[in-house]
Amino acid sequence: MADLSLRQLDKKYGSFHAVKGLDLHVEDGEFVALVGPSGCGKSTTLRMIAGLEEISSGDILIGDRVVNDLAPRQRNISMVFQSYALYPHMTVRENMGFTLKIAGRPEAEIETAVADAARALEIEPLLDRRPAQLSGGQRQRVAMGRAIVRNPDVFLFDEPLSNLDAKLRGQMRTEIKRLHARLGSTVVYVTHDQIEAMTLADRIVIMRDGLIEQAGSPDEVFNRPATRFVAGFIGSPPMNMAEGVIQDGLIRFGDGETLPLPAQFRDAVTAGQRVTLGLRPDDIYPVGHGLHAGEAVETRPLEVALTEPLGNETLLFVRFGGVEWTSRMLNPRDLRRGETVDFQIDLSRVHLFDGESGRSLRTA
Amino acid sequence: MKPWRLPPHLLLLLPAVLILAAIVVIPLGLSLWSSFTPFRLTRPDTMYDFIGLRNYARLLGDAQFWSAFGRTVLLLTVALNLEMVLGLGLALLIERASRGQRILRTIMMFPMMFSPVLVGFQFKFMFNDNVGLVNNALQSLGLTDRAIPWLIDQNLAFISIMVAEIWSSTAVFAIFILAGLMAMPRDPLEAARVDGCTPWQTFRYVTWPFLMPFAFIAMTIRSLDVARAYDIIKIMTDGGPARRTEVLWTLISRTAYSDARMGMANAMAYIAILLSIAFTLIFFRQLSKARSQIAAEW
Ligand SMILES: Nc1ncnc2c1ncn2[C@@H]1O[C@H](COP(=O)(O)OP(=O)(O)O)[C@@H](O)[C@H]1O
Ligand SMILES: [Mg+2]
Repeated sequence: MADLSLRQLDKKYGSFHAVKGLDLHVEDGEFVALVGPSGCGKSTTLRMIAGLEEISSGDILIGDRVVNDLAPRQRNISMVFQSYALYPHMTVRENMGFTLKIAGRPEAEIETAVADAARALEIEPLLDRRPAQLSGGQRQRVAMGRAIVRNPDVFLFDEPLSNLDAKLRGQMRTEIKRLHARLGSTVVYVTHDQIEAMTLADRIVIMRDGLIEQAGSPDEVFNRPATRFVAGFIGSPPMNMAEGVIQDGLIRFGDGETLPLPAQFRDAVTAGQRVTLGLRPDDIYPVGHGLHAGEAVETRPLEVALTEPLGNETLLFVRFGGVEWTSRMLNPRDLRRGETVDFQIDLSRVHLFDGESGRSLRTA
Repeated sequence: MKPWRLPPHLLLLLPAVLILAAIVVIPLGLSLWSSFTPFRLTRPDTMYDFIGLRNYARLLGDAQFWSAFGRTVLLLTVALNLEMVLGLGLALLIERASRGQRILRTIMMFPMMFSPVLVGFQFKFMFNDNVGLVNNALQSLGLTDRAIPWLIDQNLAFISIMVAEIWSSTAVFAIFILAGLMAMPRDPLEAARVDGCTPWQTFRYVTWPFLMPFAFIAMTIRSLDVARAYDIIKIMTDGGPARRTEVLWTLISRTAYSDARMGMANAMAYIAILLSIAFTLIFFRQLSKARSQIAAEW
């Protein structure tokens, strides 16, 4: 086990700047998720850590060793690939033991290590099959088994679950979490799925266009997003966003509707400033159907444009301030399309972002 | 009463059956039959003189035949293995080329575009002890001051033939192996690097197992080719000196046409075909084993 540091890590493909000076420290035993939209440079970053991609400038440290110029095999890392990348001509047993065999370990030790990993991942009955004879989920397990057999300093995962169906993905998520709890290893986990990142990681690093947008605990990035981008990326259904202008202590939206400026932002804005208001679906709800007991609520009669019943809750779609808002109704009652009901908006939970920079205007 | 007619489906098959019979079945049957006779081209009536397995029996004790047979097998094994190694090297180099790969692929195939007879003439000239390029080059470089008798010394002659054969056909291996390289998934290679492989180990444990079926296809094709090697040898040495480069088919054609002993020649030919079949079977076995190893879907 070891910690991992990226210092001003930079990657250029010709004139294309894929990763722009990343700084990140991963503690020993920490589970960090790199998350962001497709093409933001997550895989590139991971592959630079693995040594599969040359770095253009900056430093990578594993433990206190600078590994910039070391070959992958000298870095003592394991990687789980999106495509699993199993060796097609080897059995599961051979796949998992391969790294130890290459390292020249004795037969008996390999046998034990493979057996242990197979037991942990419940793939013992599959040991003599070839990858082609396995289902997607089983291949995934074998790929993880191959990674843990090595007992590396750092585990790297590149979208390991994205080729699985939803149900299996949920299962494997739990499995990975359990494995991490057991091994206590340092993990960098790349995904474009914010739910995976939220559920698995100790710390989430949200990337965009080769830059870190925010790094923080799941609670931090969810409740205190640093930018409009993070706010929109984390959370499902996504946060409602509406553009407006500060005027007479109000936020005035495009269609002339207004909301009072929440108290926590009173000193952070100036009159005439363009802002984006963000509000999670949990914080706008029909009276009596909210998640939190609202502290500073504003009530508006709104017409329900569409409903999506999910059983334990119903998503409602309403128009307000010139855009469509999603509302989450807990303990749902029967609501019809076109019905007008009183909605409460929890002003204490409003997010406000600067209209130009997209940075959060939260001061404390 | 209605006259009997052939049912239409048989009638429609008839032309194909007749053509096949005329060009395959009848010649095959005739040649097989003649291998059981002392048939000589100069005495057609010997065709009807059935002598059973006597031709085959005599071949069993015929040193000349078996030395040609052995030489063919030697040519097969040495040439095919060298071609595979060279073809593999060529394919790996070309696959590495980041630019001009298409051009290189085309250039690589040039030797295959020459008729084997021309290849024979070309190498006969190059290896000529007086005016040949090879001796000229060696002498100008000061490596030797003798005229090396490339096509006259028995061992050198066999080596010269091998060089010509390899030059003309290494591309077959290169093409198949290159196809394999291009079809190969990249991720296992990266996984191998992470798993601790040196480049050589990556090749040995990951790349080569994947390429093996492709190499075996080339092997199968080339083994059929080399087992019937004739033209290059005919031109370069005509089996000489003193029959020291005689292979099966130069011997067979000599027996059939120069000696006019068609019956005997056909008996030899059938044994030669058995050899080809044996090699093909061996490589086919290997091929399907290698294929199932990498779980190929073809
Ligand atoms: N080998 C390459 N050559 C040029 N551009 C590349 C290469 N690999 C990745 N890129 C570009 O770098 C950016 C980041 O890619 P990547 O790290 O794979 O994104 P993701 O976050 O989806 O994993 C993308 O815009 C991609 O097109
Ligand atoms: Mg990616």
